[in-house]
Amino acid sequence: MIELRHVSKRYKRGGQFVPVLHDLSLTVAGGEFLALMGPSGSGKSTLLNLIAGIDRPDSGEILIDGRDIARMNETELAQWRAQHVGFIFQFYNLIPVLTAFENVALPLQLTDLRDSEKKARVLNALTMVGLADRLDHTPSELSGGQQQRVAIARALITDPRIIVADEPTGDLDRQSAHDILGMLQGLNRDMGKTILMVTHDPKAAEHARRIVHLEKGQLEAGAAIAMPAPVTAPMKKTDAHF
Amino acid sequence: MLTFFGLLVATLAFGLLSTVVSAWYAGAEGASNARLITRNAISLVFPLPISHADRIRQVEGVSSLSWANWFGGIYKEPKNFFPQFAIQPESYLNAYPEYLLTETERTNFLKDRRAVVIGRKIANSYGLKVGDNLTLKGTIYPGDWEFQVAGIYEGRQTSTDTAQLFFHWEYLNEEAKRRNLPRAQNTTGVFIVQIAEPARAAEISLQVDSLFRNSAYETLTETEKAFQLGFVAMTEAIVVAIQIVSYVVILIIMAVMANTMAMTARERTGEYATLKALGFSPQFVAGLITAESLMLAVFGGLAGALITFPVARAFGDAMGTIFPVFEVARQTTWMQLILALVVGLVAAAIPAWRVSRIRIVEGLRAI
Repeated sequence: MIELRHVSKRYKRGGQFVPVLHDLSLTVAGGEFLALMGPSGSGKSTLLNLIAGIDRPDSGEILIDGRDIARMNETELAQWRAQHVGFIFQFYNLIPVLTAFENVALPLQLTDLRDSEKKARVLNALTMVGLADRLDHTPSELSGGQQQRVAIARALITDPRIIVADEPTGDLDRQSAHDILGMLQGLNRDMGKTILMVTHDPKAAEHARRIVHLEKGQLEAGAAIAMPAPVTAPMKKTDAHF
Repeated sequence: MLTFFGLLVATLAFGLLSTVVSAWYAGAEGASNARLITRNAISLVFPLPISHADRIRQVEGVSSLSWANWFGGIYKEPKNFFPQFAIQPESYLNAYPEYLLTETERTNFLKDRRAVVIGRKIANSYGLKVGDNLTLKGTIYPGDWEFQVAGIYEGRQTSTDTAQLFFHWEYLNEEAKRRNLPRAQNTTGVFIVQIAEPARAAEISLQVDSLFRNSAYETLTETEKAFQLGFVAMTEAIVVAIQIVSYVVILIIMAVMANTMAMTARERTGEYATLKALGFSPQFVAGLITAESLMLAVFGGLAGALITFPVARAFGDAMGTIFPVFEVARQTTWMQLILALVVGLVAAAIPAWRVSRIRIVEGLRAI
């Protein structure tokens, strides 16, 4: 479970402090698929970054399964992220000189797994996202949708409980966006991943179980919506331990 | 690629300049501790009477004595410079066992007063061989001086000077009398004093000099190494300038490389932030930049160090007999590699530190 208690965050811009989040409290149950919506500057990406442990609040608590990640030091936080969070970015953030296989294998460098186990996991992850035939392709040799699928495989490879996605379809065409959102739904439904997604697109948000609106750094409203019918085939859980 | 090439050129330039400096000191490096040089106390340009020889021999601790006189002749063209000495042949060759002659060459040299021995470098530079006639035009001792090559000596070590010519002092002395050159009669430039115990060099030097104190020809005796270093000291400003330039070259490439690494790190800020987001530590990310910088520096330095050998050989050949010894010292190669490593480390230091401290959220915005 993710629990934010009275979280505030402000940034310094041009010598002045600009409040981004103000006394925000939010609870996200394990296995939820939450969409964060709101206008630019509303603080939705900041909220996502705080939950993902790549930014720190000025005040308040961020409890993930009872542990306050805001109190962890840099090393502890890095280890926590490596074990518990998978990242999906708007612009994929793949390493351009590495192949799809190597990009997906990257987070496994921080584990003690044997090489054979690492290889099996990477192959399964890329098979799961439908890119088993693109192992040796570098990001520049892949389409945007394919790159985002590699990013999803990378996010899954360490079997994290939480997946954070910041505008995952913001740079994709309609069909690719549809495929990616279907994939995220599958991860949530079939594998029980807790997914937090920031999006501007109401159609993309409809793929989530719950939508939360932010306005000027505070929650505007929270509403649970019905899980829509699957738009793609369910994710196949392979032999790998995801 | 350009930075790699820059490093290669900088390492090569450093290696060549260091080798030039080493070549300057080659005479001193090859000097023996068991040899003292006695010269006129006023200046090397003033000769000493040959009669000094008998008195020096009497000094306790002196094992043998020879002498040599700078001739300063021109072979065909003034640009064909190489040192020429009129020597006391037998004792001189005994004093310098590092000059290797065959027994036949040695015998032929000793029995003919017009004979000369030349070093291998001179023979190769001017295409001379045993039996060739050779004429030097005297500058200190006017007129043409006819010789015949009796032998070509090799160096015992690569650092041995093989760009010298030796001929009989007796021949110079006789010709000086015949040509009526009073300054050159029964005189020599330096005495080479061999001592049995190098540790007593200072004491014996003082004893030799005390023999001629308050005479018309006072002497100054010092070790051969100090004597050679005295020559280097005359041109020390040039040597220091070359040394400074060689280190300035390294400083310049350090700045270029630091700029390259800073630009690389800036371009990849997003990648480093992504790695940190995935759980890689700041130290790991800093290590990536350092490793890249070191790899570039090591490969550039290694290529530069390797290419120094053929380039130095070609440079040495082109210089002819100006640099009698032009060998890339092992120490120079080590310095090249060490400096390349230092360049790599220094160039990476600031970019690595910056990237390790960058906030992930800010880094991700750089995409």
